[in-house]
Amino acid sequence: MLELSGVSYRYAGYPDPVLHDVDLTLADGEIVGVVGANESGKSTLCLVVSGLAPGSVGGQLTGGGLSIDGQPMAGRPLHEFVTRVGIGFQNPATQLSGVTGSVFEEVALGPMNLGASRRDTVQRTRQALATLGIEGLAERAPRRLSGGQAQLVVLASLLAMRPGHLVLDEPTAQLDPEGSLLVASALRELAATGTALLVAEHKTDILEGLCTRIMALADGRTVADGAPAEVFGDARLTDWGVDPPARIRLDRLVRERGLDPAQVLP
Amino acid sequence: MTSLRFDGVGFVYPDGTRALQGVDLSIEPGVAVAVVGQNGSGKSTLVRHLNGLFRPTEGRVLHDGRDIASSRVATLAASVGIVFQNPDRQIFASKVRDEVAFGPRILGRSAPQVAAAVDDALSVVGLRDVADENPYDLGFSRRKLLAIASVMAMGTPVLVLDEPTTGQDARGIARVRRVVADVVASGRTVIAISHDMRFVAESFGRVVVMAAGRVSLDGTPAEVFAEAAWPTLAATYLEAPYAARVGARLGLGSTPTDVALVDALVTDGQASGSGDTLSSPDPESAR
Repeated sequence: MLELSGVSYRYAGYPDPVLHDVDLTLADGEIVGVVGANESGKSTLCLVVSGLAPGSVGGQLTGGGLSIDGQPMAGRPLHEFVTRVGIGFQNPATQLSGVTGSVFEEVALGPMNLGASRRDTVQRTRQALATLGIEGLAERAPRRLSGGQAQLVVLASLLAMRPGHLVLDEPTAQLDPEGSLLVASALRELAATGTALLVAEHKTDILEGLCTRIMALADGRTVADGAPAEVFGDARLTDWGVDPPARIRLDRLVRERGLDPAQVLP
Repeated sequence: MTSLRFDGVGFVYPDGTRALQGVDLSIEPGVAVAVVGQNGSGKSTLVRHLNGLFRPTEGRVLHDGRDIASSRVATLAASVGIVFQNPDRQIFASKVRDEVAFGPRILGRSAPQVAAAVDDALSVVGLRDVADENPYDLGFSRRKLLAIASVMAMGTPVLVLDEPTTGQDARGIARVRRVVADVVASGRTVIAISHDMRFVAESFGRVVVMAAGRVSLDGTPAEVFAEAAWPTLAATYLEAPYAARVGARLGLGSTPTDVALVDALVTDGQASGSGDTLSSPDPESAR
């Protein structure tokens, strides 16, 4: 369980906060989707939830606080976050360690650093690669991967660490539709083991079937928070820079042309 | 303007991985071509042959009928501009405006031409108001739009975009669509790699589907996303856009875009006289 209450945050060197008074509860086993236009605060929220802001990137929480499993985290060192909240960045190229020669080693790095035994590390690595269907990449050099492959490898590294909480910033951005489905099912499996997930994503079609709750951000503020059907059905969604899922989009188009969706759409 | 041709192109990486096999494609000027396929199907490898970054291990790549094997990348770059997937691999200037000006400047354009190209490219991608900012103060999605603007400003006859809509919100995707429309309207060619089937169906006249290094489908969105082609799409783990699937299910023919589908629904409703029932399949009503 991870909680933000009334969190405001500003980056170092900038006078204005980019998150304002954000409340968020991530219960164990829950998958919460975050939507919003670019630069609405989604990525910053991911950094704050994972402790990297202000822990690593600097800046300042100008209001509110964060707690993990009931323990206030204000002022706690970054390593206490790292073992409890995993994060996958938007750009996988920035996340690969750069110190490993193969994908297998890259994925094994996480559990090894967490002190897992050799046997456990190998087992977790194999399992993570299999879950995402990338066993075939095991011997490849991490720096020679395509964007989509790198994104899957980064995710596998995170799965292998089995974090209690996992934050993902656009985990399917560079993936083909099949890869996106694999990621969605891997996230569902992970949530079923009790991991709490926060997923920032533009693809509402994916979030619709994946999330238990959706939070919409606009200009760093929460503008909606509720069940997927409720938030994605909100008429203001496009004003927030978010495309509704295909089904809802089509429904509206059909209405605009004077037809009844219930009659003409399957 | 440049016409492009792949003639039996094959490519094997130095480590022995085969990325392309027997690719034959002709691309005339003034069209928007989307290249789709599974991650690792050879899309990026294919487009890197267009400016000589990769050289075919079999077959030839031709610009205007001439084999480019002996042309240098620096020369080819004046004809084919490529925007890579990761903007941070190409952004280096400390001001947005300078980043965009670099390309036209090294192509030897005059100062007023450079200024006009920069203004035009920045306004199409919606970055004019941040022209004096540092690129790294922009978020990832705007850095991506900046990378697109930088290559667009070079005015190359061929513009190649590798996953241009990745990480873009609805507004960003609309801007990328405008880039494609503007470049094609000026008689130039756009070739884009994308996983976003809706973007592909809405913005491109031609879709090339890659599977395991070969071209498995090549046609208009209506052809490539038609129900008959679904098994071939599925073989490379692709799925037709939602509108196409709904249209097929309703027997409306191939309706690759929302607009095509709704148009077909309206026509179908009028044809059946009531507007509330489904009539028999009529492929002609799809467009």
